[in-house]
Amino acid sequence: MNSLITMNDLTNEDIHRILLDAEKLLPVAKGNFHLPLLEGKILGNLFFEPSTRTRMSFETAMKRLGGDVINLGAVASSSVVKGETLHDTIRMVDGYSDIIALRHPRQGAAQYASDCANVPIANAGDGAGHHPTQTMLDLFTIKQAHGKIENLNVVLVGDLRFGRTVHSLSYALVRFGCKLTLVSPESLRLPEEIVNELKTQGGELTITEDLKPQLKDADVVYMTRIQKERFPDEDEYVRVAGIYKLVANDLSSVKNDMIVMHPLPRVDEINPDVDSTRHAAYFEQAFNGVVTRMALLCNMLNVPIPEKIGGEQ
Amino acid sequence: MTADEQAMRRVTAIRNGTVIDHIPGGMVLQALQIFNVDGRHSNPISLVMNVPSRKLGTKDILKIEDRELTQEELDRLALIAPMASVSIIRNYSVAEKLSIQLGDEMINVAHCVYSNCISNAEREPLPHRLKVLNTSPMTLQCHYCGRNQNLDRLVKNLL
Repeated sequence: MNSLITMNDLTNEDIHRILLDAEKLLPVAKGNFHLPLLEGKILGNLFFEPSTRTRMSFETAMKRLGGDVINLGAVASSSVVKGETLHDTIRMVDGYSDIIALRHPRQGAAQYASDCANVPIANAGDGAGHHPTQTMLDLFTIKQAHGKIENLNVVLVGDLRFGRTVHSLSYALVRFGCKLTLVSPESLRLPEEIVNELKTQGGELTITEDLKPQLKDADVVYMTRIQKERFPDEDEYVRVAGIYKLVANDLSSVKNDMIVMHPLPRVDEINPDVDSTRHAAYFEQAFNGVVTRMALLCNMLNVPIPEKIGGEQ
Repeated sequence: MTADEQAMRRVTAIRNGTVIDHIPGGMVLQALQIFNVDGRHSNPISLVMNVPSRKLGTKDILKIEDRELTQEELDRLALIAPMASVSIIRNYSVAEKLSIQLGDEMINVAHCVYSNCISNAEREPLPHRLKVLNTSPMTLQCHYCGRNQNLDRLVKNLL
């Protein structure tokens, strides 16, 4: 594989292979085993929008594998404020690095960058578009918990309208035969064009505003933050803010192996008392960003991962 | 005389040039825009608008004198008139009949209807690319942001 722009760049076989690679790399991601597979390689981290987890986990992934990272830094102090086009920025960084991770506020930016560059582009989020590396770490987290990613009951909760994380993930889950329950207020439902496309692909979808009755049969509950910054009108935000709050008591009759996920940061949609339950998977999920991106970087740079990586030291 | 023949005779025959028939009713002004006809610096033009048509209900006809449109120019017309029939006229006779041939992609014909698409950012130099997913009904998708295009809005974004 070369660039990763949307999940459509990966076949189901690619996804399974990369998840296996990620599993093999766990001791390296934890810092228990030194494996400089990407020594001499440089990652260009171009984040035109704020990011904590994605940017840091790309950086950690590269460094754990012996590679190096260059950063765009704050947009305010880069040549972007002087009016440089994305095209020119990419052409420049293309010469400085072996692979580029790009986050940009405009949709389609990753595809555009890929057309400008010779090195592979990893889409780290483009506007309301796609976020495939997040989807891969979500799938890895689900597989770690359930041993598979096929035919599960997944409940997606919160802002399904603006959240690119949920968009990319729902496409991937439908490809693996998962049943989706979409829980959101009416104003934040999954866009109709995505719902139609998921149905065309054979997706089994339930749309509801009610969270509690969905918990009992769920294998995965994927919570999301209702993003204040997306609302043009504060009144409209206030009407839906805090509508879904998961507390430990809600989990008394759920399946034993049900996991609660969240791409983070959370506000108040998951009460801290859930953190200590066996169902909380969101911090593990954040760590999985490192190991999944390690596997993706190796795959995108065509660096094979050894069959056996020595045990933990 | 059929309705189509009556419609065609509303304006006089041209000696040399291009006649485009079966443009959906009311769309001929957009067709002029597609062919970069600005009204002041052009060859003689005849328009027929909103006449009855068996195929389309109502249709427009466009006659451009002394200009033979190229295949590339005609293919841009697919955006608004995929069913159009085109005749090149030489010395009052139909010398050639052309049809619209769409490739897999329309390059620099119109810009994506989503304002937040990277292709609409100021001064970005790569071409505007629309993938042709289907011709009936016409379904176009932006190569960059991957979103399907609303054709009514797209016509307003012609380059």
